Amino acid sequence: MALNELTITEAVGLLESGEISAAELVDDCLIRVDAVEPIVNALVTVTYETAAEKAKAIDSRRAKGEKLGRLAGIPGIIKDGICTKGVLSTASSRMLYNYKPVYNATVVDKLEAEDFIMIGKANMDEFAMGSSTETSYFGKTKNPWDPARVPGGSSGGSAASVSADETLFALGSDTGGSIRQPAAFCGVVGMKPTYGTVSRYGLMAFASSLDQIGPVAKNVEDAALIFDVISGHDQKDSTSASMEYPAYGAGMKQDIKGMRVGVPKEYLKQDISGEVRQNLFDVMKRMEDMGAVVEETSLPTFDYALSAYYVIASAEVASNLARFDGIRYGYRTEDYENWKDMYKASRSEGFGDEAKRRIMLGNYVLSSGYYDAYYLKALKARTLIKNDFDQLFGKYDILLSPTTTAEAFKLGEKSRPIDMYVTDLFTVPVNIAGLTAMSIPSGLAESGLPLSVQVIAKAFDENTMLRAAYNLEQALQFDAKPDLG
Amino acid sequence: MKYEVVIGLEVHVEMATETKIFCGCKNAFGSAPNTNVCPVCLSMPGTLPVLNEQAVEFGVRAGMSLNCHIPNYSKMDRKGYYYPDLAKAYQISQFDLPLCGKGEVEIEADGEKHTIGVTRIHIEEDAGKLNHQGAESLVDYNRGGVPLMEIVTEPDFRNAAQVRAFLDLVKANMEYMGVSDCKMEEGSLRCDINISIRPEGSTALGTRTELKNINSFSAAVRAIEYEFKRHIEVVEDGGKIIQETRRWDDAKGRTYSMRDKEEAHDYRYFPDPDLVPIYLSDERIEEIRQSLPELPMAKKQRYVAEYGIPEYDAGVLTMSKHTAKLFEECVAIYNEPKAVSNYIMVELARLLNENNMEPCDIPVTAKGLTDVLKLVNDGVVNSSVGRQVFEEMFKTGKDPAAIVEEKGLKQIDDTDEILALVRQIIAENPKPVADYKGGNAKAMTFFVGRVMKATKGKANPQTVNELVRTELEK
Repeated sequence: MALNELTITEAVGLLESGEISAAELVDDCLIRVDAVEPIVNALVTVTYETAAEKAKAIDSRRAKGEKLGRLAGIPGIIKDGICTKGVLSTASSRMLYNYKPVYNATVVDKLEAEDFIMIGKANMDEFAMGSSTETSYFGKTKNPWDPARVPGGSSGGSAASVSADETLFALGSDTGGSIRQPAAFCGVVGMKPTYGTVSRYGLMAFASSLDQIGPVAKNVEDAALIFDVISGHDQKDSTSASMEYPAYGAGMKQDIKGMRVGVPKEYLKQDISGEVRQNLFDVMKRMEDMGAVVEETSLPTFDYALSAYYVIASAEVASNLARFDGIRYGYRTEDYENWKDMYKASRSEGFGDEAKRRIMLGNYVLSSGYYDAYYLKALKARTLIKNDFDQLFGKYDILLSPTTTAEAFKLGEKSRPIDMYVTDLFTVPVNIAGLTAMSIPSGLAESGLPLSVQVIAKAFDENTMLRAAYNLEQALQFDAKPDLG
Repeated sequence: MKYEVVIGLEVHVEMATETKIFCGCKNAFGSAPNTNVCPVCLSMPGTLPVLNEQAVEFGVRAGMSLNCHIPNYSKMDRKGYYYPDLAKAYQISQFDLPLCGKGEVEIEADGEKHTIGVTRIHIEEDAGKLNHQGAESLVDYNRGGVPLMEIVTEPDFRNAAQVRAFLDLVKANMEYMGVSDCKMEEGSLRCDINISIRPEGSTALGTRTELKNINSFSAAVRAIEYEFKRHIEVVEDGGKIIQETRRWDDAKGRTYSMRDKEEAHDYRYFPDPDLVPIYLSDERIEEIRQSLPELPMAKKQRYVAEYGIPEYDAGVLTMSKHTAKLFEECVAIYNEPKAVSNYIMVELARLLNENNMEPCDIPVTAKGLTDVLKLVNDGVVNSSVGRQVFEEMFKTGKDPAAIVEEKGLKQIDDTDEILALVRQIIAENPKPVADYKGGNAKAMTFFVGRVMKATKGKANPQTVNELVRTELEK
């Protein structure tokens, strides 16, 4: 087995026992990157040199018996919308085609403090707007299970790179499903932490009140480990939760006897395939077999979530992207007469269509005379949805749903924006309510593509979610892999 | 027809916090361009603002000094507009839930008291600064993120003197509380003036214009006077006032329409999702209230009661915490409040003014000032020489006694010496002597003046007076 196929837990064991070196591990990952990137295009940047140097340094520190971090020698890939000091961070936009941040995102500092090795930056939908990674300025990422299909988005590069075994894990960001949906499409584990548990400092903002950074990994245990490393209070982020952070992943191997599981019927009322429905029923049955109490329930405000999401997210992104004006960094048009021209042309040329669409939508819903009808109403809907979830978590420990309405769709298939937006239907409510959720692979469709379920827990209750997901993963024994040769 | 002017103000005050409002950069004036900057205030992608607690406290202090309601909750909003000095293309400000709510404050102008309503005070970040160099413009972001507060008043002013009195009070309050130095020339206090007119007796509000680029308190007065006249002229000529922003040109003494600002802006305000709401508990609000120093108004009343000086004097002395401090220190050493007060109000004020200095620059110590007073009181020098000594001390910082010694300014009390001079001058000037004898009593001042001149002002004036009269009567 090539080392790049290892899980983090396995690799840490082998590194510690001296059976493998970080250099070998990184090498295998980079060999895999070179082999599959022409097909998958999951990465915007590969950091060959720094990765190799760092692996060597860690091996030599290990040889000297120095104390190393929990991720010493473990290769990882960072979504390109997360700032990495001195390394190109483009958010897959022409607007930042040449942008190298002068600072690291807090999550990157935290991973580095545990001696991880960054091997590349993952492709994404431009500024995280999209559900297919087709809006990237640096080309579309393909689904490793079927290169004619999308990997999902916006963290499509992150999910595809883990799925294709280019890396042991990746970081993505999830605003309305941008980690969970691509994880589901690529048959890997993706986790969206509770809003406020992972610092957003250094994450190029899409929708500030919804964005969370989270791990994409090969199994639940690895996801828990990465989450444990990147979470925690950060003084640089005012929305970072100030609390005692538990050891994440602790107790996840305990059984789930008596765990109360709710399945909101609204998810099943949507336009979903028979396979997706049957897969969910199978998963519910598995959980019952393990002693959980599974019942159907209701989330009455489910229908409002997607609309509220697109209003709120567009409003925030219209404002967040306003700073890209070509003055201080990034793309600047060559042709201008005065500063107003320069703004207009730089932004017209620097942003792609989807970014422009959301900027227009966002400015529209915030404009005078429309604010109350759209933005304020969406905020009210948000509160109602949150209240609905709160009620459900009075009765249930976790909620269960399919992660997506169907398996990965074909490149170019969702050409109407609204068809694309609907692919976030099952993941968006979690962001709206600020909860935590994770997607785990739960079977294969007849098409040979992975299907996944989503485990949702109440805010800050990641450990219950991880326990449910871990037990389910053990029961399902999903071990299929894409065949990229 | 007689018209009344109606004025409301928007006063922007830069707060003298240690650091900027959303990052750890130094809040300093006059540094080399783009040196007090970091990824946050340059609004690099991915950066986040963290609200400076000192800015909140300063804002609350300001609100308390104007008797504003301080709510428990307020929040920060984004105000969107594009300009190269605004790095995020939105300013973090406050929209519907400002830090301080309604308040009011009493001012005194032209001997009359007025109550001015304060609508609100909100806090926000300042923008950077464009430096135009030929065809190019450069941006300096040092000022970007400097904490500002905006005080919005009701349209309660009826003349320029009231505006001036309000600005003086705001400045004094801020200075007392350490919230701002309010140096207009450094841009730490900026003021926009909303002005309209209406026929006297009417209660309706006329169409207003907003005056910008007011760079000093006296410019505010000039701009109001100009614009009041302009409004009247437009109306009397049968025209209509256009609601617009106008730029005050202090050199030309007139206002100009700022055409590019005419289009109504849609700022697309919404709550900043990067910041959590501001919560101030009742305890915290009380704690800030307790920490306030004695403010000018209270100090003024205390001076009247405690030192028995006139209200006017107390008002002038308390206008700046520096003069108030000097006064209190002087009185502690030398308990002659009226004499001290006179010196500060007249001599010190004149010298500050002549030398273009602010009260914070006062180069004179309480010991120095009271030493001069004592020299005069003890008859070592006469009062006019005392003023000379004071001026010398103001300029050189030398000890008053040393100045007297060095310049030989000691008062001449020797009656024989003065008498000899008096006789000599009378002998030399028969004409004024004849005038005096002819009944012109005023002719006496001629001789007193001559004697003082001959002694370089050092002769004891009382002795001179007495001797001149006695000799002339002979």
